[in-house]
Amino acid sequence: MRLFRYSQSILLAMLGFFGFVILWWLLTYFLVKELPQPPQVFSNLFELLKKPFYDAGPNDKGIGWQIYYSLRRVLTGFFIGSLIAIPLGFLIGMSDKLRAMFNPIIQILKPVSPLAWFPIGLAVFQASDKAAVFSIAITSLWATLLNTAYGASSVPEDYKNVAKVFGFSTLRYLRYVVVPYTLPFMLTGLKISIGIAWMVIVAAEMLAGGTGIGFYIWDSWNALNLNNVISAILLIGVVGFILDYFFSYLQRRVQI
Amino acid sequence: MRAYLEIFNVSKSFGSYTVLKDINLLINKGEFISLIGHSGCGKSTLLFIVAGLTEPTTGSVILDGKEVVSPGPDRAVVFQNYSLLPWLSVWDNVMVAVKSVLKGLSKKEMEEKVKHYLNLVGVYEHRHKKPSQISGGMKQRVAIARALAVEPKVLLLDEPFGALDALTKAILQDELLRIWEESKLTCVMVTHDIEEALYLSDKVVVLSNGPSAKVFDVVEVNIPRPRVRSEIVKLREYIETKEKLLYYLTTVLRKSA
Repeated sequence: MRLFRYSQSILLAMLGFFGFVILWWLLTYFLVKELPQPPQVFSNLFELLKKPFYDAGPNDKGIGWQIYYSLRRVLTGFFIGSLIAIPLGFLIGMSDKLRAMFNPIIQILKPVSPLAWFPIGLAVFQASDKAAVFSIAITSLWATLLNTAYGASSVPEDYKNVAKVFGFSTLRYLRYVVVPYTLPFMLTGLKISIGIAWMVIVAAEMLAGGTGIGFYIWDSWNALNLNNVISAILLIGVVGFILDYFFSYLQRRVQI
Repeated sequence: MRAYLEIFNVSKSFGSYTVLKDINLLINKGEFISLIGHSGCGKSTLLFIVAGLTEPTTGSVILDGKEVVSPGPDRAVVFQNYSLLPWLSVWDNVMVAVKSVLKGLSKKEMEEKVKHYLNLVGVYEHRHKKPSQISGGMKQRVAIARALAVEPKVLLLDEPFGALDALTKAILQDELLRIWEESKLTCVMVTHDIEEALYLSDKVVVLSNGPSAKVFDVVEVNIPRPRVRSEIVKLREYIETKEKLLYYLTTVLRKSA
């Protein structure tokens, strides 16, 4: 029964994918003739994936390298951002005074497009690569910060009472009550953050140039190679899906 | 002679709403006391004041000659909703309390203690499970083990069996009675169950209806111990005390439901 439901959902997913390709084909065949049709794109994607890590000089690298550079920037920025956001989130969540102090700044900076920070990064680091990482770090701050703070501020009274009655030290209270309670909230924040970071990196690399999947798309567009652009879009989607899946898996693991 | 646990002129107001008014109670060492009253009369609030979790507006609580100013393990609480930490195993739930209270013990002694109390309440074989994997009755057993393991001066029980089905409730009452009879620990229990109060307590403190609840009467339960449920219900003393409490709660302190 479970196997049946499982194979049924795979079948339906394939059907949906198939329908999407047909629609794309029809649209590009009859209406938007400027765009490449599925067979061209898929054969192009196949060619790209045959040699993903070729390296023919600084301006001609395989798509695997491009994704690698982008992922490296995203993970570095995400790591730095999370390293700031998580402790700050706990502090803000546990202290009403700190919350009152920081909340207005967070609310004002949060809606700013991460790319607006790009010139600041350029000015400070004098390197477009580091500026991109800087933008990603800023991107990764907010969702993690706010979700962690929300978790830490909503520890149920019952658990607090347990800690008080049994005389938990501050450290023990953090270790056995606040952190485990906040963990699922924090992971939700991290999952949102990495999703946005992966979206932002494409735009950041279009600005930064040099390497990365965003640069690759812009470079392909300049060479009027739309086959490459659409292939890259599909790969970006797949990588984003994998990142999301990984954090969903972690979330399920800490679910009580 | 001073009583072991003294509650002097305790009142509690939340804003302009007065929950408790001038509560005075003296509880002797080794006594089992029940606080009974209609819901909303503030009996749990009174228990939380003794626990130090709620600050009284006026008055004071004195335990063993020292004023209660904050929560502490000398007044261990068994909460109504168990309040086990869901991310810790049964073992760790008790161990974390032992570790933070009985700091002088060696690791081995702590383990012995946890094992002893888990065995006492009959959940030792479930020690590796998480609270979500055991029944409500089991959870409350663990909560009782946690409270006993820190060797409190007073055990405070806040409607400990309120959420359990009748059979589980009866079994846990038997176990609590057995444990109490062995340890002679001073116990204060909040309940709204007259039979439970009679079966377990030496005295039943009846609170009047809120707002501004007062001690309406303190009823002595002169039923000899050890008590056996099926035996005591036939005693004249049991029947008369039960009728008295029923009369208080359903006639004098009648509340439109």
